[in-house]
Amino acid sequence: MKSRYSAYPYVIWMVIFTVVPLLLVAAFAITDSSGAYTLENISAVGEYTPVLMRSIWLAAIATVLCLVIAYPLAYILSRKTGSQQRTMLMLVMLPTWMNFLLRTYAWMTLLEKNGIINRLLGFIGLGPFEMINTQGAVVLGMVYDYLPFMILPLYSIMTKIDNSVIEAAQDLGASTPQILRRVLIPLSMPGITTGITMVFVPAVSTFIISRMLGGGGNLLIGDLIELQFLGNAYNPNLGAAIALVLMVLILLCMSITNQFDGEDKEDMII
Amino acid sequence: MKKTSWYSKAYMSVALGFLYLPILVLIVFSFNESKSRGVFTGFTLDWYVKLFHNEMILSALFNTLVIAAIASVVATVIGTLAAIGINGMKKWAKSLVMNVTYLPIINPEIVTGVSMLLLFVFIRDKFNVDMELGFFTLLLAHITFCTPYVILNVLPKLRQMDKHTFEAAQDLGCSPAQAIWKVVIPEIMPGIMAGFLMAFTYSIDDFIISYFVSGPTSQTLPIAIYSMTRRKVSPQINALSTIIFVVVLLVLLGSNIVEARREKRLNRKEED
Repeated sequence: MKSRYSAYPYVIWMVIFTVVPLLLVAAFAITDSSGAYTLENISAVGEYTPVLMRSIWLAAIATVLCLVIAYPLAYILSRKTGSQQRTMLMLVMLPTWMNFLLRTYAWMTLLEKNGIINRLLGFIGLGPFEMINTQGAVVLGMVYDYLPFMILPLYSIMTKIDNSVIEAAQDLGASTPQILRRVLIPLSMPGITTGITMVFVPAVSTFIISRMLGGGGNLLIGDLIELQFLGNAYNPNLGAAIALVLMVLILLCMSITNQFDGEDKEDMII
Repeated sequence: MKKTSWYSKAYMSVALGFLYLPILVLIVFSFNESKSRGVFTGFTLDWYVKLFHNEMILSALFNTLVIAAIASVVATVIGTLAAIGINGMKKWAKSLVMNVTYLPIINPEIVTGVSMLLLFVFIRDKFNVDMELGFFTLLLAHITFCTPYVILNVLPKLRQMDKHTFEAAQDLGCSPAQAIWKVVIPEIMPGIMAGFLMAFTYSIDDFIISYFVSGPTSQTLPIAIYSMTRRKVSPQINALSTIIFVVVLLVLLGSNIVEARREKRLNRKEED
């Protein structure tokens, strides 16, 4: 087909609005406010290592929790058929269609000092507990907001696993843990890696969940970046350097998870 | 087929409870008379009335819908043309363009947002273009992050298509443009529609990228929601959540019913 010219508007658009902006991030990261070359911003990111480690740590916990919660759920969903499957899937995905700000806000009202959970606990003589503004609250928010991103890829890969494969394993004498380890997990590996990236990337770079549920004491990388661009600490050069580090970090993580499945992921992302 | 065991039912119920209880609490407290978020003192619809007189929310809603409509239409046009073009590219060019297409999808949204903010500020300062952050920059950003989703929806349909139909149309006297318009486009229409809907919902829902490229003059609904949660909180936000939840529920139910009907019809046809 001699139709490749029709892609040219898109190619020009993407160069201007995706490639150039990313080059600008890199350019800002290695210059100071007057535009002179410097490595100070990059080395200044080192001062924020605790924040970086905290972001990775909390996002990793949330990702593991999502995987553990979502895996059985996706399996149960994938074994259902027809209209029952469609209804269940819709029920699971419906909360995602509400903006994540509202969902995070819901937990804000639940967890706060005079919130419903503390009041209910008060009735049976417990608490009040300090639940909001803790790292636990941030992880809970991440799990709640991003759980469907884990369920969906797992579910879509598991619907392709035939019941007869599992039955065959049972007939050949495999126990339930063995089936899980030797049949289900290997077959659902592409779904697992996609799910991990789809949860980890937004979780590690969030600034909303940490701000709404973590109070001021649990800054994450996302908060740092936001503060440099729109906050009081205005310093776009430092902000660009942190964003660059975050990007490299995520690309590294993704190439590690991609090691586990060599397959072409082109159709998996949606 | 085995019957669903009690523990998988129990697991499903607990998981659904976890997903829905917070939303349920939000909805219940939208009808609460007092501003308290812990005690229910009495039933009222005041917060809904106040919401419908809230200028900030109404103009933000208007902006959101206009931006989503324009951005998704433009993204669909650019994206569909791009997909047709990409499909005909040589292998190296194709993989280069596809890698750029994946960039906004795999990049953290905050990086995309920040990079576009830098671009707009850079253009304004270096080229002295009078481009304040606001409606126009929001629109440009939305088109940019929506277009890749259109391409990813259209490309598989193009690959499924028999490429000889395009050649046949030209043999029968179509110009390439006519062949695309009359033969290719109808063939890939389901992919185009899916891409359009995806672009539209992503545009409505986006907060992070919009947050960085919107100025003080133009807000979208998610940005308005964010500023509501930051300030003294009023149950209006609960009322808004309830309305959004009901709208989403109705849309999803509607599309599911349509889908189920179509499937039934297909099944019946096969039986005939």
